[in-house]
Amino acid sequence: MTNPRKLLGHIYMGTFLLYLIIPLVIMAGAAFNDSKLPSVVPWKGTTGRWFVDLWNDSAIWFAFRNTLLVAAAVAIIAVIIGTASAILINSISGRVRSVLYGVMVAPILAPGAVIGISTLLMWDKIGVGSGLHLSVLGQVSYIAAFVMLLVLARLQSFDQGLEEAALDLGASHAQVMRRILLPHLYPAIGAGAAIAFFQSIENFNVTLFTRGTSNTLTVYVFSKVRSGITPTINALAFLLIVATLVLALVYETNRRRKAKLEAAREAEGRRASELEE
Amino acid sequence: MSAGIDLDNVCCDFGSFRAVDHVNVNIQPGEFFSFLGPSGCGKTTILRMISGFTDPSSGAIRIGGKDMKGQRPNQRPTALIFQNLALFPLMPIWENISFGLEVRGVDKATRRKKADELLALVDLPDAGDKMVSQLSGGQKQRVAIARALAVEPSVMLLDEPLSALDLKLRQHMRAELRAIQKRTGVTFIYITHDQGEALAMSDRVGVMSQGRLQQVANPRDIYNNPVNGFVASFVGENNILPGSVQNPGAGIASFETAIGTFRARLGDQSKGDVKLYVRPEHMTLLAAAGAENSVPVTVADVSFEGNFIAVQGVTANGTTLTAELRNDGSATVPAPGTQMHMTFDAARAAILPNTTGA
Amino acid sequence: MQDLLRRYGAALTAAFILLTGFWLLVLVILPNITLFEASFRPYLPVVDVGGPRDTYSLNNYAKILDNSVDGSILGIPVHMPVHILTFLLTITYSALVTILCFCLAYPLAFYLSKVVSPRSLPTLFLMLFVPLWVSEVLRAFAWYIILALKGPLNWFLLTLGLIDAPVRWIAGYDGIIIGLVYTYVLFMVFPIYNAIQSLDTNQIEAADDLGASWWRIHWRIVLPHSKPGIASGAVMVFMLSAGSLLVPSLLGSPNSNWFTQTIQQWMLESQDWNTGSAYAFMLLILCTVFVSLVMRLFRVKLTDIAK
Repeated sequence: MTNPRKLLGHIYMGTFLLYLIIPLVIMAGAAFNDSKLPSVVPWKGTTGRWFVDLWNDSAIWFAFRNTLLVAAAVAIIAVIIGTASAILINSISGRVRSVLYGVMVAPILAPGAVIGISTLLMWDKIGVGSGLHLSVLGQVSYIAAFVMLLVLARLQSFDQGLEEAALDLGASHAQVMRRILLPHLYPAIGAGAAIAFFQSIENFNVTLFTRGTSNTLTVYVFSKVRSGITPTINALAFLLIVATLVLALVYETNRRRKAKLEAAREAEGRRASELEE
Repeated sequence: MSAGIDLDNVCCDFGSFRAVDHVNVNIQPGEFFSFLGPSGCGKTTILRMISGFTDPSSGAIRIGGKDMKGQRPNQRPTALIFQNLALFPLMPIWENISFGLEVRGVDKATRRKKADELLALVDLPDAGDKMVSQLSGGQKQRVAIARALAVEPSVMLLDEPLSALDLKLRQHMRAELRAIQKRTGVTFIYITHDQGEALAMSDRVGVMSQGRLQQVANPRDIYNNPVNGFVASFVGENNILPGSVQNPGAGIASFETAIGTFRARLGDQSKGDVKLYVRPEHMTLLAAAGAENSVPVTVADVSFEGNFIAVQGVTANGTTLTAELRNDGSATVPAPGTQMHMTFDAARAAILPNTTGA
Repeated sequence: MQDLLRRYGAALTAAFILLTGFWLLVLVILPNITLFEASFRPYLPVVDVGGPRDTYSLNNYAKILDNSVDGSILGIPVHMPVHILTFLLTITYSALVTILCFCLAYPLAFYLSKVVSPRSLPTLFLMLFVPLWVSEVLRAFAWYIILALKGPLNWFLLTLGLIDAPVRWIAGYDGIIIGLVYTYVLFMVFPIYNAIQSLDTNQIEAADDLGASWWRIHWRIVLPHSKPGIASGAVMVFMLSAGSLLVPSLLGSPNSNWFTQTIQQWMLESQDWNTGSAYAFMLLILCTVFVSLVMRLFRVKLTDIAK
């Protein structure tokens, strides 16, 4: 690989990042423009009034509360179901496993509208009306698969000898689970919970068909954009982007700290091994 | 504290494959007993059956006279040391060691105290708060031993725990293991494919092949009086000559081979397909023909191994024989091409069947 | 199963099976069976449900053949039922989005896995992930602002003098395609990155050493190796695009229509859940056919796709 080509790569990467980031900057920037239409051109002066409007918009905050409740419920249920099914599928093999695996991952690939409609229909049939509870169940049906895949991947790096060692030392089945298996799975469960939470916040298709008359943030923003928008949505977007950035930075710092600690420990182990020889 | 183990006609099948085939052995309380054999001979399966991770297909396992049928691993008085040690990577060392106490509901202060005691016993006094990844291979080994000892087992089961270490450390840990065993008096059952380890550490060795126990004896008998060809050639080197017994009977018999007829010890079980086994260190190299058991050879290759010198001689019909001469500093090393004679003492050669009961 | 009992005991094993069973049966299989069954029944007032008029038929599916109109697919004029036209246009433009995403993503994935120094990778990934974490509705909304007739893009191009009059970007399917590519391109980057990353760099160097030109290196070595990643990315992008409702609704023009929008009209505007089911089922079939086609074409298994 010659150098001009490498330069081309850097330029492409930079352009791509700009392509990803500029729309978000424009959207966030429009939150500060004193113009009734959300835009950055023409700039009519800097204002904070869209944040004040946002603060006073009780419908948004109600939708936001709903979103958080649904996301929390989805995260909890999806983590429990996803972890249990990952452990189950990890212990079986052959044809049963591939069929089960297929049924588990299929909802990821199914269109959200189909999931939403089928959930609505089934529960309606047994007398359960639409509402956010159905949104939770509909979302869990595919989000649990993400958790399952993450936990399954983590399980593959798990040394089952550790469980045998614990059993051999007299641990009960529950103790093996709590002290040996779950601590190993925590990173995957944590990541699964985070993904489940964010996927749920993002979700539009399933929620639209199952929500009944309740609003979540995504549905609310959607209906706002369609029916006359004010830059309050941009103010909200600005806050969400900032929150995302902060979370990302916290996550990354935390990850680096842990990696550093582990690297230091391993270096010490290697030094100790060298001393032995 | 320590308990004996009886394996009574134990078999274990995996599908149509019989991993362990009618094994009978009584292991004494406080004994250091090794199962020695090549990989796939069923020794690990025996260990897993004793610890309770695998159920025997038939036969009984008794520990301290008590039948273990239906007893889960966590209910047996055994502690297993895994081949890869299976230390819990997410717990500090002291929690690893006291895990067996933790699950029995022992309070934290007592656990910590016990962990520190055991760390002192295995010579790692300050490692309690370290993580597993901070330790060297040998240190991890000691932690695994301490963890197993913490539950005060009557029997320790060790599954080739030294195989991951390099040669020098392995030899050091042999002595260490032996010392810990003597200090604690716990019955040790040790699994290995390394004959050196088994011979050096054990009170008794059980040699296994294809699921069957071939011979149970103390290390000296295993080496000096193997009961069959498998034991003889798995433990140590041999010159092996096919042929037939001429005048069967107890004691010494004549044995006719392609390179001559020799006199050698004949075991009781020496029926059917038998061969003659002579260890290279029992071969002597002479300039002239010896009184008996002597065969003329041309020296083909001489390799200097340090503590001994290996001489390969080729007989008239092309059979290669090896003699190992102890290097006492003055041994004469024959040059390749020299015509010489190889002889051996009839009492040091054995006529043995291939395997027992095959 | 025996293994599970031995490790976790009967109580925990039963819990694992019950939880998995609840998920797969109650949340996945039964709803889809209900959907399938409902799609063959007529839309009736509540009093008639279960009555003599409530019989199975293909009438709901036949509705897709109503109302023939004139239209065009990629410039080819056609005359066909309006819903079939929508269906075919959804497939065509989803495929176009998939191809565009691949063209954008492949160089980036190669750059990330083979060119850039590993030390700057975590930072780059973080910068790529942040836009992904910002909600889909906001990403579509961002382009709604940018592409507006008096929006920043037209302002920018006018200022530079590249155009004389504002361009109507949200016309036909253009806005939808721009929005879908932006929203889903990262779903193409990550699988291809994973695939190329597992390629031994020595292979590239060996080919280089043997005198292969750079395009031949890609054509003969890197591309074949990244096949599972491409398949995975293509499936994800196509499915998400064909199933998207947000982007076509926000960035669509009066003369664009996405198949999910048709489903939504049946479900929420006409309140005809039965026809809605039939249409939803057709979308599901389309997706199944597409996934199996890609799996056959790229010779990959479901395990490779769902990563």
